[in-house]
Amino acid sequence: MATVIELDHIAHSFGSESVIKGINMTVDKGEIFGLLGPSGAGKTTLVKIIVGILKPSEGSAIVLGTPMPSLEQMKKIGFMAQSDALYSELSGRENLDFFATIYGLSKLQRKQRIQEVLQVVDLTSEIDKPVEKFSGGMKRRLSLAASILHQPEVLILDEPTVGIDPVLRQSIWEELNVLKEKGATIILTTHVMDEAEKCDRLALLRDGYVIAQGTPKSLKQGIGVTTIEEAFLHYGGAVQ
Amino acid sequence: MRTMAIIKRILRQLRRDKRSMALMIVAPLFILTLMWLVLDGDTYVPEIAVVDLPSSIVKSLDEQEAEIRHIPEQEAREKLQNKELDAMITWEESKPEVLLEGSDPTANGAVQKVLQQAMKEKAAKPVPEPELKFLHGSEELNLFDNTGPVLIGFFVFFFVFIVGGVSFLRERTQGTLERLLSTPLKRWEIVFGYLGGFGLFTIVQSIIIAAFSIYVLNMYMSGEFWYVMLITFLLAMAALSLGTLLSAYANNEFQMMQFIPLVIVPQVFFSGIFNLETMEPWLRAIGKVMPLTYGGEALRDIMIRGKGFAVFSNEVYILIGFTILFITLNILALKRHRTL
Repeated sequence: MATVIELDHIAHSFGSESVIKGINMTVDKGEIFGLLGPSGAGKTTLVKIIVGILKPSEGSAIVLGTPMPSLEQMKKIGFMAQSDALYSELSGRENLDFFATIYGLSKLQRKQRIQEVLQVVDLTSEIDKPVEKFSGGMKRRLSLAASILHQPEVLILDEPTVGIDPVLRQSIWEELNVLKEKGATIILTTHVMDEAEKCDRLALLRDGYVIAQGTPKSLKQGIGVTTIEEAFLHYGGAVQ
Repeated sequence: MRTMAIIKRILRQLRRDKRSMALMIVAPLFILTLMWLVLDGDTYVPEIAVVDLPSSIVKSLDEQEAEIRHIPEQEAREKLQNKELDAMITWEESKPEVLLEGSDPTANGAVQKVLQQAMKEKAAKPVPEPELKFLHGSEELNLFDNTGPVLIGFFVFFFVFIVGGVSFLRERTQGTLERLLSTPLKRWEIVFGYLGGFGLFTIVQSIIIAAFSIYVLNMYMSGEFWYVMLITFLLAMAALSLGTLLSAYANNEFQMMQFIPLVIVPQVFFSGIFNLETMEPWLRAIGKVMPLTYGGEALRDIMIRGKGFAVFSNEVYILIGFTILFITLNILALKRHRTL
């Protein structure tokens, strides 16, 4: 399978504080790749490097064959940040229309795509209400909708299901699988262990290091445990 | 097109946010009206007590614009203490002696003027009244007309600074700035989107504020209306680019407000509301780095002195220069959020 993302000896520090240390990782086309780790492990920083917001202090991040950061590649990447990043005075539709224009979609494309993504995230009925009246879950879904408007080849989600009830989490996962079927490559961060099981492959992060990577099954079987949680504790312990 | 999208979005947000809109338009009108009521009043008529003055002097005092009270000295002193009188005139050794209440410079001045006038008329050979001609302005030009042009500029500057700075700050705190920077949007496109959105709004704002001041409050105006628009627009652009630049160094709305005493208030002192001629030259030099100094000067040239573009062209170029400087710094400051 084709490699979509290639991280080569990535390290990043904010001032003297080193957040990410020597990360090597590849993500193949059409997989859902999970970055699992406690808060402060460096997941968000790593994700921002892949998106192109941050330039790594060391190493290179190659997305679809081009080193990041690159404005050209950003067109092919969808990003859903940890915060909802929506304009609360505007309606849901106006938010989507704004982001679609930023991605350079024509008026006709915008209308069509907005309709499509709204169906994907199941928000059609309340889309013309101002976002400040949205519930937390609705905002999360609208954020997701905004990140897939331009049909990105790579979708990067930072804690997409945090603070979301199990039903909605289920539906977001269904949506992710649909996008995957269509050929999108998805990277998501999470600190929820059972969610990690749903990923095709995982990287376990701790204190800026990747302590293990592989499919959930291989991570568990390699050391003879039954849950990812046990695996995480095992690998985390091995580093110390 | 992406800059257009930001312009459209900002105008939409402003339209939804009725309070901020009201702040930017109604608040200046309200304060200008108050200023007008306070500063555009009639000249101060002092209340003066006369004690044992020669009748000829009393007679000429009576002809002046003052309220003359004939009361005993003891009572007059009490009234002075209670601030019911502005001055008391007594006759000591063949010349008048004046005791002023003294706490209000306006009243002091008015009393002295009345006295001078009265004494002049009493003089044996009256000095012929000089004929006054005005190169600019007129006899009617009062404090409100004098400070008005600067006030128009100041309000536009102040409110655009605050509202523009805070909206850019919120873009950062609510995470949308990072979201925008994850798109192929260039840094300058964001900055110009802001300038465009608020620029369009400011045009409307300045038209309303200037038209209200000139046509409703009758502020003295001898120049071209569209020159006034030009200067207020340039001031607004400088204010917006400065506000968005400084918002990068504030972590929340409260910290943004802390820039007001540091950045806005000092500009008022140098804007021409107070006479700069009496200042030390080095102190005056501080005003040279402040946009409002040039905006205020140009607005007075236009509104009071009725000058054309050639006279205030330097101020125009300097204001444009300030804006370009702040925009450049702003685009560079955004590098902190995305290197590219």
